[in-house]
Amino acid sequence: MNLLEHQGKQLLASIGIAVPRGDVADSPDAAGAVAAELGGRVVCKAQITSGKRGKAGGVLVVESAAAAEAAAREILGSDVHGHRVRRLLVEQAVDIGHELYAAVLDDPVSKGPVLLFSTAGGMDIEEVNATSPESVRRLPLDIREPASTEAIGAMVRDSGLAPGSVDAVADALAAIYRLYVDADASLVEVNPLALTTSGDVVALDAKVTIDAASVMRQETRLADLQGGTPSSGGTDLERSGAELGLSYIELGGDVGVLANGAGLTMTTLDAISHFGGRAANFLEIGGDAYTKATPALDLVLSNPNVRSVLVNFCGAFARTDVMTDGVVNAIEELRPDVPISFTIHGTGEQEAIALVRERLGMEPHDLMDDAVREAIANARSDREVSA
Amino acid sequence: MIVTAQHAVLVQGITGRQGQYWTERMEECGTRVVAGASPGRAGREVHGVPVYDTAADAAAAHDLDATVLFVPPARAKDAVVDAAEAGIRTIVCLAEHIPSHDVMEMLAVARECGSVVVGPNTAGLVVPGQSSVGIMPGFAPNIFRPGRIGVVSRSGSLGTLVCMNLVTAGFGQSAFIGVGGDPILGTTTADAVRALVAHPATEAIVIVGEIGGSMEEDAAEVITGLGVPTVAFIAGRSAPPDRRMGHAGAIVTGDRGSADTKVAALRGAGVAVVDIPSEIGTALRGLGVGPHAAVAAGG
Repeated sequence: MNLLEHQGKQLLASIGIAVPRGDVADSPDAAGAVAAELGGRVVCKAQITSGKRGKAGGVLVVESAAAAEAAAREILGSDVHGHRVRRLLVEQAVDIGHELYAAVLDDPVSKGPVLLFSTAGGMDIEEVNATSPESVRRLPLDIREPASTEAIGAMVRDSGLAPGSVDAVADALAAIYRLYVDADASLVEVNPLALTTSGDVVALDAKVTIDAASVMRQETRLADLQGGTPSSGGTDLERSGAELGLSYIELGGDVGVLANGAGLTMTTLDAISHFGGRAANFLEIGGDAYTKATPALDLVLSNPNVRSVLVNFCGAFARTDVMTDGVVNAIEELRPDVPISFTIHGTGEQEAIALVRERLGMEPHDLMDDAVREAIANARSDREVSA
Repeated sequence: MIVTAQHAVLVQGITGRQGQYWTERMEECGTRVVAGASPGRAGREVHGVPVYDTAADAAAAHDLDATVLFVPPARAKDAVVDAAEAGIRTIVCLAEHIPSHDVMEMLAVARECGSVVVGPNTAGLVVPGQSSVGIMPGFAPNIFRPGRIGVVSRSGSLGTLVCMNLVTAGFGQSAFIGVGGDPILGTTTADAVRALVAHPATEAIVIVGEIGGSMEEDAAEVITGLGVPTVAFIAGRSAPPDRRMGHAGAIVTGDRGSADTKVAALRGAGVAVVDIPSEIGTALRGLGVGPHAAVAAGG
């Protein structure tokens, strides 16, 4: 779960890391009022869960309350990287002496947390890593232990930072790691972590991702966030899917997809593309097929571009007869007016095929490739008929 | 980490509904399940298998080679730690949605104890005709048949499809290793490739990969120079960037972890990369690997 910048900063402030004074505004009037209260130069930042906002016009630095109001009029309601901007963070501009980069994240290689630090902050870290990999320091940590202040201090000193700033920066890094541990985060990234002209350490941005599997044990922390738990974003249908607990993504094509398992569902999309078709969605229904097939199929059919549906089940743990029973119920209930193609393999395959034959009068395909080809052909012929 | 008919297996969470069901299915596949563990259930039996409270208690009464966990995500860390501290060398962790900090903690403990964790979020291990540890349909003859192809897959459903395609094309498997769909895994694709190559029955390797992470790129480095014919399929080649497709590792960001970088790395290592699973058999034959449907169990 990606938190918004101002929520990430709320968490950073709670562990003693300085952040610029400011507040959230959801209207130009409110933005002007926050700017007037702060006085002087302010930064207006779109609150969306996506990076690179600056280049997309989502961050503006202005000199007055009136200018902040005008900036808010420009940014609020605009589209930044596909996210509609509903809130702004208006905060005091900071006199930056040096921009640093700091992050803690889950590292699949060391299989533990890794602390990243660079004196080349402010830029995209992938870019920094590509152009000057030596400037990105990595410190693998043991999730069971607090971070060693000696090890962090040595890393910061080694990075070439002015000796007078080393202790303050190392303290901030140790605090960021504590937040990562306490909040069950999979990422805490501060870029830039600024050294101000007066030598203070201030977090100018905050990207915090709470591990989705840990949300249950972070309920109190999440409930205390200003602005509430951030929504997962996405289209209206994707949000409906998320509310149902389904892994559903809308795509641009015309073949609706219902499959089980993330790997098989992605493969179904690949096969559709391989045979010259275009998938309308990714919908991994898996073991939920028995109970959630009706709303899931409804979701697929609600996309007006869908001209055919492909059901691809390959059961190992998930029994295909149980999944198919759910889908057959859904089809009997919703009576879709687009053709449906089936391919079913694995645990319970014979029973599943019998269900499709007996209750729907359809014949599942032996080969996935044939089912895919048929679904694509159905989508095409249907379009020709309706055109 | 490859569990054969000789190895003694513990089932943690054996008294639960899934534990009971899959214990029976695993035994059908030949797996030697010698003990179960479920807290507070010591003294019971499941399908004639004695149940202990903990993995430590089970290990005190039996020589255990491997364990498989049918426990919910919130209890997985403690169960893995229990097994590792009991000295069990191979730990198959099926649960999905284990908090990532728990995963890192349990993997750290396992490493210190000298245990290998397979998973989390894996469908398990199969040696056709000998054993199945986990939730793969090792009992289905149209999907698993003793043979010479070592298969490694991040996904259970897709791994099942690929194994079925192999059998349809006249091949069987030396072993199947499901590494799991989580971003942090005890066993990587590269680790699994090494284990499959070391397994005497293996003649060729099939890698079933996915977009996201860098496991396939890392595996490509291992394959270079091995001289083992290898075919790979990477799921998610048609996925739009920056969209998460279910498996935690399946997010494409920037120029890392994309289908293109994986395909390029694998091709660079001499691997034949196919577009769809049904092409795997043809690709194996193209590398000089012949069908071998009739390899005897144990071979």
